[in-house]
Amino acid sequence: MSKSREALIDPLFNNNPIALQILGICSALAVTTKMDTALVMSAAVIFVLLFSNLFISVLRNQIPTSIRIIVQLVIIASLVIVVDEVLKAYLFDISKQLSVFVGLIITNCIIMGRAEAYAMQNPPGMSMIDGLGNGLGYGVILAGTAVLRELFGSGSLFSVQLLPLVSEGGWYTPNGLMVLSPGAFFIIGFFIWGIRTWKPEQVEQD
Amino acid sequence: MQGSVGYNLGFAAAVCFVCAIVVSTSAVSLADRQDRNATLDKQNNVLVAAGLATDEESLGAAEVASRFELITQVIIDVRTGDVAHGVEPATFDQRAASIDVARSSPAPDNSSRIMRIPHRALVYEVRDGAGGLDMVVLPIEGLGLWGTLYGFVALEGDLRTIRGLTFYEHKETPGLGGEVDNPRWKALWAGRMAFDDDLMPVIAVVKGTAGSVSDAPYSVDGLSGATITSRGVTKLLRFWLGSDGFGPYLTRLRGAGGTV
Repeated sequence: MSKSREALIDPLFNNNPIALQILGICSALAVTTKMDTALVMSAAVIFVLLFSNLFISVLRNQIPTSIRIIVQLVIIASLVIVVDEVLKAYLFDISKQLSVFVGLIITNCIIMGRAEAYAMQNPPGMSMIDGLGNGLGYGVILAGTAVLRELFGSGSLFSVQLLPLVSEGGWYTPNGLMVLSPGAFFIIGFFIWGIRTWKPEQVEQD
Repeated sequence: MQGSVGYNLGFAAAVCFVCAIVVSTSAVSLADRQDRNATLDKQNNVLVAAGLATDEESLGAAEVASRFELITQVIIDVRTGDVAHGVEPATFDQRAASIDVARSSPAPDNSSRIMRIPHRALVYEVRDGAGGLDMVVLPIEGLGLWGTLYGFVALEGDLRTIRGLTFYEHKETPGLGGEVDNPRWKALWAGRMAFDDDLMPVIAVVKGTAGSVSDAPYSVDGLSGATITSRGVTKLLRFWLGSDGFGPYLTRLRGAGGTV
């Protein structure tokens, strides 16, 4: 497998930022009650990761080691603010639902983790691929969690009612656990279990 | 030369400068669009609270404007309840007024973290053909769990019964406190009594299920998993409907028999 393909594909299942590294859990719990918020959040994270990796990689030989973390943070924070402003201007409703969690992308460990672990050592092109791969890895878990949570928690997908709810004269009683954050914990736990059963090399040794 | 204090300072300054330009460019260039969205959203929320629109419809700007014609915007003096002249409703920014020392006074002790009360407030009146009061929509705000909830409460012409309630801005947890947005929860408010027979604001969000309007006229179902948000809604409603909030205005309207 070529190096760039590896950088793109690896974070999806072999080295998933959420499922293997257990990073970015907070937002994965918070924004996955609905498909549209989960996908917009994933897109926002992919954008920030792509460009934070790019800019940090371009500057990697110039950034002074003693202040590198704060330089990374300034770049990440600026990108997040830009994303937040764009969402407020063009996707007002979804940005309202995502509320603080767009801003909290700044503190998402995946982004600083990739900056520090990858972009600081690798050329810009590869760093962008790595950012895209990790963003997609985050997005895959978010989308998977949101499908289950929205379908079983609200009986809908993308706000289109698929299972008619009892409260509206249908037959489906929504599972309240799914709309609560612990529901996402269980689902992500099952994903991690599934991935580790499929790829036993991910299981940690005692 | 890399590694020296001068280089570090210079590098930090350059990065900050570039980032500041990027951030301010995006904020300034998108501000108009964001303001339009926010105004539209606010008007739409007034319509939803008033029952003139539902959450399911996504109205275009033109439709919102045309439905909004039924509504009269009135600036009142909060302390006396009288109509205040000389302020243009279209440009009145109540939130700016609330933090302006010259245009607000310190709020009495309250648990909704309302710091200051503006001297003027923008309220919305809907009148029937004969000039009788059909409903009023009042702006409300107060602390939830993570931040301040901003919304509207609509009262029927009797000025006791709630027509609707809506929040257009909040920072509550999606799925928990964020359910203050849920149309089904908001639908529970219609017909509940905000005031008891002595005109005290007694409406409360209770833990669990409150029951039908006739069984529990003064209570609304709590939001599960969101005790603090639910309590916050009770407190902020009682505050704004009370004598420190819109009490004087409501008293004036009641005295006028609901007509101008």
